[in-house]
Amino acid sequence: MNATIDNKVAGALELKDLCKSFGSGLSYTPVLHKAHFEARRGELLMLVGPSGCGKTTLLSILAGTLHADEGEVNVLGHPLHALSESQRTAFRSKHLGFIFQQFNLIPTIDVAENVSVPLLIQGLGNREARRRAVAMLERVGLGKRAHEKPLKLSGGEQQRVAIARALVHNPPLVLCDEPTSALDSENGVAVMELLREAANEPGRTVIVVTHDPRIYHYADRMAEMEDGRIFRVLSGAEEIRTHHPAF
Amino acid sequence: MFRLALRMLYGDKAKHLMLISGIVFATILMTQGGALFCGIMSWTATTIHNVRAPIWVADPMVEQVGDNRPMRDTDATRVRSVEGVSWAVPLYQSTQQAKLENGKMQMVTLVGIDSATLVGAPPIMLEGSLEELRRPNSVIITAYGVEQFSKKLGRKVGIGDRFELNDREAIVVGVCKVQRGFMGGPYLYTTYDRAVLYAPMQRKMMSFVLAGLQDGHNAEETARRISAETGLAAFTEKEFFWSTIWWYIRNTPIPINIGMIVLIGFIVGAAVSGQAFYAFVLENTRNLGALKAMGLSTWRLSAMLVLQSVTVGMTGFGIGLGVVTILGRALIRSGRVPFVLLWQNCAIVGAAVIVICMISALMGIARIARLEPAIVFRS
Repeated sequence: MNATIDNKVAGALELKDLCKSFGSGLSYTPVLHKAHFEARRGELLMLVGPSGCGKTTLLSILAGTLHADEGEVNVLGHPLHALSESQRTAFRSKHLGFIFQQFNLIPTIDVAENVSVPLLIQGLGNREARRRAVAMLERVGLGKRAHEKPLKLSGGEQQRVAIARALVHNPPLVLCDEPTSALDSENGVAVMELLREAANEPGRTVIVVTHDPRIYHYADRMAEMEDGRIFRVLSGAEEIRTHHPAF
Repeated sequence: MFRLALRMLYGDKAKHLMLISGIVFATILMTQGGALFCGIMSWTATTIHNVRAPIWVADPMVEQVGDNRPMRDTDATRVRSVEGVSWAVPLYQSTQQAKLENGKMQMVTLVGIDSATLVGAPPIMLEGSLEELRRPNSVIITAYGVEQFSKKLGRKVGIGDRFELNDREAIVVGVCKVQRGFMGGPYLYTTYDRAVLYAPMQRKMMSFVLAGLQDGHNAEETARRISAETGLAAFTEKEFFWSTIWWYIRNTPIPINIGMIVLIGFIVGAAVSGQAFYAFVLENTRNLGALKAMGLSTWRLSAMLVLQSVTVGMTGFGIGLGVVTILGRALIRSGRVPFVLLWQNCAIVGAAVIVICMISALMGIARIARLEPAIVFRS
């Protein structure tokens, strides 16, 4: 069954009856089957579920990097399913921030340059982009490491750089793919504190795909996936704790 | 983003070096091949360069300066009578064997210039004087000839030394500096009258008639008039130069052999650079995917790749050209290898390098065009 959200407040995104499959013939693999959910502005929503349930595919469709076979994807008032490739590209550059599981920092440029990438994509000048990048690095506690190459940083520090990169252009929607899976507990907490802080900013929505129960308590709501559907949405710490006592 | 593209390129020093080395190698092979080709071609027309006459007249079958089809001595007079010709003198040229005092033989190109005017004499005298040619049995030898003769004799050859040409004595009265010839043997200058005595006697002996122009007359028109009135082949200096060059291009395997070197340079350059650049793109696939996911369009990513490729190309081209220039200067100084580096050669190689860069960039662009930004969400 698909979960619906009764408390609709200023929707940040809405997915309706999303279907997505890969391959054809014998290799045909359905991944999403009429997935449906909504997220609000100003919340940190976690998307959880077992491996292979379609979380990453759903995130890719939300990001506009993958096209759904059927269904509607409305993100921040934009119908992504109806936009062209170039329109989706432009949409991503303005409205989305990304945090990847493997950080995806460019190793040959320094930390500040990595953080400035979204600003450079938007066409900001090098000097101003760097100034803003360094300011954002200060906010995540890495101002003094701005000139270093990413590979000189620890995993936790690299993920904090990735967070700075995701937030530097002040996007209303931040998509995070397993942000703590490559980190130890201490660094995982530091990263989630930053994401929680980001979600508290007015008008911003943070969506975290994870299967790491250590961070479930940071969620305002939790959408649970199985077999390509969202079968339940939990709201508030109590409800989440009830269904996931381990955290 | 273009600055970022360059920073990404320069940041990967090993890959950057490999990319550049491929282009350097290709540039050296292609430029060197082209310079050798031009050098060899210029050597085929060395006699024209050394003699310097406005109009060359030869047997009607002659197409190039190395082709020796003797004419009658009276042909010089016939040429002299054509309107627009101010003077016409005979020139003798043939390959002979010089016998040194120790019995060793040395091939030489014997050039006989007009005894009265000395038209066609070597432009630079290093030792002795041209006037000395008026003394009996006198010859002027080139600096390269001194080197060759000295090697065979085991001592330094100079003014006053003697050797034999067809059992006739030749005395060195001067040393000159001229461009080396295609056949390899040094030039030996003497007067026309003496040259025909040194050479084996034939019914006709004169190789060419050199002609000068009267004021107000055009070389091309005068050459056409000489041809029409005498039935002989008449060329301006430039025409004869290019006729000689084209004859060698058409009738020898030189263009094919050197063309192969240039082609191999191009293929090796394209293969090494293309492969290295593609590997560079492959290694950066996730990062490029991340840039795409963050909203960088395929067009801008492609422009970044083109910039990286062209930067590598121009850097490699510059270094390669520098190496060839240094090498070329050493070769020219030695005088042993024909080497002429023309700006046209550099421009063509530069264009070839741009093509290599475009091929490399296109391979990378094909890869990123197919690249789904969603790749960054897969672990």
